[in-house]
Amino acid sequence: MVSETQNTPDPNAASVPAPAVEAASLTAHAPDAPHGDGHESHGPLHHHFDDMEQQRESNTLGMWLFLGTEAMMFGGLFLAYSLYRWMYPWAFHEGSSHLNITLGTINTFVLLFSSLTMALAVRCAGIKDRKWLVRFLILTWILGAAFLIVKGFEWTADYHEGLVPGMNWFYYNEHPAALPRLAEHGISQQNVMMYFVVYFCMTGLHAAHMIVGLALVGWFTFLAAKGRFGGGNDQPVEILGLYWHLIDIIWIFLFPLLYLIAGFHPGGGGH
Amino acid sequence: MRTDAIEQPPPPGKPDVTSVAYEIPREHYLNRDYGWKSWLFTLDHKRIAILYLFSITFMFFLGGMAATLIRLNLITPNSHLLRPQTYNKMFSAHGIIMVFFFLIPSIPAVFGNFLVPMMLGAKDLAFPKLNLLSWYLYMLGSLIGIGAVTFGGVDTGWTFYAPLSTQYAYGNVAITIVGAFLAGFSSILTGLNFIVTIHKMRAPGLTWFRLPLFIWSMYATSIIQVLGTPVLAITLLALFAERVFHLGIFDPKMGGDPILMQHLFWFYSHPAVYIMVLPSMAVVSEVIACFSRRPVFGYRFVAFSSLAIAVIGFLVWGHHMFSTTQSPYASMIFSFLSFLVAIPSGIKVFNWTATLYKGSIRLTTPMLYCLGFIGLFAVGGLTGMHLAAVASDIHLTDTYFIVAHFHYIMVGGATMGYMAAMHFWWPKITGRMYNESLGRAAAILLFVGFNLTFFPQFIAGYEGMPRRYATYAPEYQFLNIMSSAGASILAVAFLLPFIYLIWSLKRGPIAGPNPWRATGLEWQTASPPPWYNFDVVPIVTQGPYAYSPEADELADAQADMTRAQVEYELTRREIEGHHQKEDSTRGV
Repeated sequence: MVSETQNTPDPNAASVPAPAVEAASLTAHAPDAPHGDGHESHGPLHHHFDDMEQQRESNTLGMWLFLGTEAMMFGGLFLAYSLYRWMYPWAFHEGSSHLNITLGTINTFVLLFSSLTMALAVRCAGIKDRKWLVRFLILTWILGAAFLIVKGFEWTADYHEGLVPGMNWFYYNEHPAALPRLAEHGISQQNVMMYFVVYFCMTGLHAAHMIVGLALVGWFTFLAAKGRFGGGNDQPVEILGLYWHLIDIIWIFLFPLLYLIAGFHPGGGGH
Repeated sequence: MRTDAIEQPPPPGKPDVTSVAYEIPREHYLNRDYGWKSWLFTLDHKRIAILYLFSITFMFFLGGMAATLIRLNLITPNSHLLRPQTYNKMFSAHGIIMVFFFLIPSIPAVFGNFLVPMMLGAKDLAFPKLNLLSWYLYMLGSLIGIGAVTFGGVDTGWTFYAPLSTQYAYGNVAITIVGAFLAGFSSILTGLNFIVTIHKMRAPGLTWFRLPLFIWSMYATSIIQVLGTPVLAITLLALFAERVFHLGIFDPKMGGDPILMQHLFWFYSHPAVYIMVLPSMAVVSEVIACFSRRPVFGYRFVAFSSLAIAVIGFLVWGHHMFSTTQSPYASMIFSFLSFLVAIPSGIKVFNWTATLYKGSIRLTTPMLYCLGFIGLFAVGGLTGMHLAAVASDIHLTDTYFIVAHFHYIMVGGATMGYMAAMHFWWPKITGRMYNESLGRAAAILLFVGFNLTFFPQFIAGYEGMPRRYATYAPEYQFLNIMSSAGASILAVAFLLPFIYLIWSLKRGPIAGPNPWRATGLEWQTASPPPWYNFDVVPIVTQGPYAYSPEADELADAQADMTRAQVEYELTRREIEGHHQKEDSTRGV
């Protein structure tokens, strides 16, 4: 079934003119060259790949699959959101009206802008502009941190208002006047509590992803300053960019679903 | 050639021709370096597979011990051995360990890890570091998990249904959930690694339809792992938040819906059944073709049936909830879709059987396991039909019928496949052969013991014996004694390979690169394989399973030639040695 020949790179690869750097690393890592553990990276090309193209495609596919798993993971929460919003539309309306739309909007723009700076960082890595790569990564980090700080203020405000289920829930004890309004729509404060459970789970999981993202951006800034992404090794930045954009996109869904539904009256029509 | 030699060992006194013909290669992946660091920090897929093999075998024996206690307790109707609470903890421990820490990682993490790169002609998986990370996540998760179920215990069953798990259950529910969560991530990383490797790292000439069916099945498994497991992860996180922080997503007091938890749970856990059984089907396709000396009948149908099982498997989860508040219309749809899974499963069973037709069948150990698989999987699948039909399912829900059904799939199917893989690729992994007669004896014992254990449970369940109770009505005692007797045979059938496989490591005859004369790429390299799998990158020019009488004849002739050469060499050495002896006595 198999005829064996000396190790030659994939014949298809020959049609693609390889940059000089890659060609050099190819010869340096021919399979019969002596190895250490056999896997440490001495250059951009890892030992077990045939060429840079294969490595790049593998990394990109791997990251997209990972983004798929993230979508499925958040998907479970989106399902819970859909179910409970369908069951208790007025509770979601009521819960959403307690959120700070101004801060939410500011945060949305902050995060969108951070996606822009991340895209620019990827571009700078591609054109080997180390100085601006570092600057854009730092800017992305600052914007991401700003998002989390604003989010922290929002959560603190919720906590002081007594809107945190399981920890600090007393809002309706202090505002009993609101209770008849709830009863009018056939819901209880427990149903509103459910909105806040969903809200904290979704924004909490999102924030956890932000923290991981910040750690990665910080580490990549350090590596970029050391010049690790030069010499044809710019792909890690692109991969990080994909992750960052995912966090951004998830927020783009969370923001209207959580913040903007108070303007929509489940009973019929908008304001 | 080699197989003949194993079946008829050379008479004592005569030199073992085969062990001269084949030598263990001087340097291979096992002896390349020693020391704990070279194992715990290894990035080699074969070594990581060995790490998994050890840890998974350990988990299997732990889960087996829990099963032993369950079966001992059920010999008498009144639970003489365990207190009811302890019994609940035992079946929970059995389920949690066997599902999350044994069955789900079993074949993908051990044999998939070892074989996927070799079958593709690649040097390693696409992401070796991720692969090692997945083993560490698995270890962390499983150690936390077994710690939680042994010290303190969990009594929710492996399904963690809310609100039992979130509000009423005793014990370490939250810690066990963390363990299962981590093991889930390990599974995601393995699946992700396989998909990328299969897409991007195939040897030159290895097109999709030249891939072994093992790879197709593993690919389908990986899709389920990547798309399903994250949903389990978020379910477990929500359960954790509800139990620890009292954030009740599934809490009826807040208007939450516990059935939502079941939907999310089974959205993963039904496809997870296919994570367990698809890899076994992968093994069966390889073994059946090899020991029938025929190409697998209807290659493309078998390949696509794996994908079909993965896809349809995602659409049937509602059949676990026929007896809940799920709408009867939803139940009808789920019932219909569940019947659909029978089509790709049937394609596989019939195509394997058609492969046997007119084949020159060799009843070696792996083949016996695989034939056992086909029979037991058919029984498990057909009883699944009873459970896919809403009306009969409502009668059978939460009885021993269910227990028997899924053990036919998970032990009769998945574990049989695991044992088949162990025996088929053991010579490749270790370079040595095990004792073939003991192997066959173990395979037959497993089949007999398994049926004796689980067939009575179909009857008990059909007659209404409920599952998950420490006590039962006395009229079921006879069936339960049969079951426990069968379980003791099962225990021997699992301990036996443990002994002779370890024995073979030192004393087994040397296997040579291709003891079964199989066609896969993994057999084209030395056993045990060198560090980078292949000394030269293989180029593939034809499809898998190029088995034919002509090819076998040619191989026989070649083997005769090798044997004659060895014979010649031995005779030459003997005569030369004789001369040297004479010389030395003459004092030259």
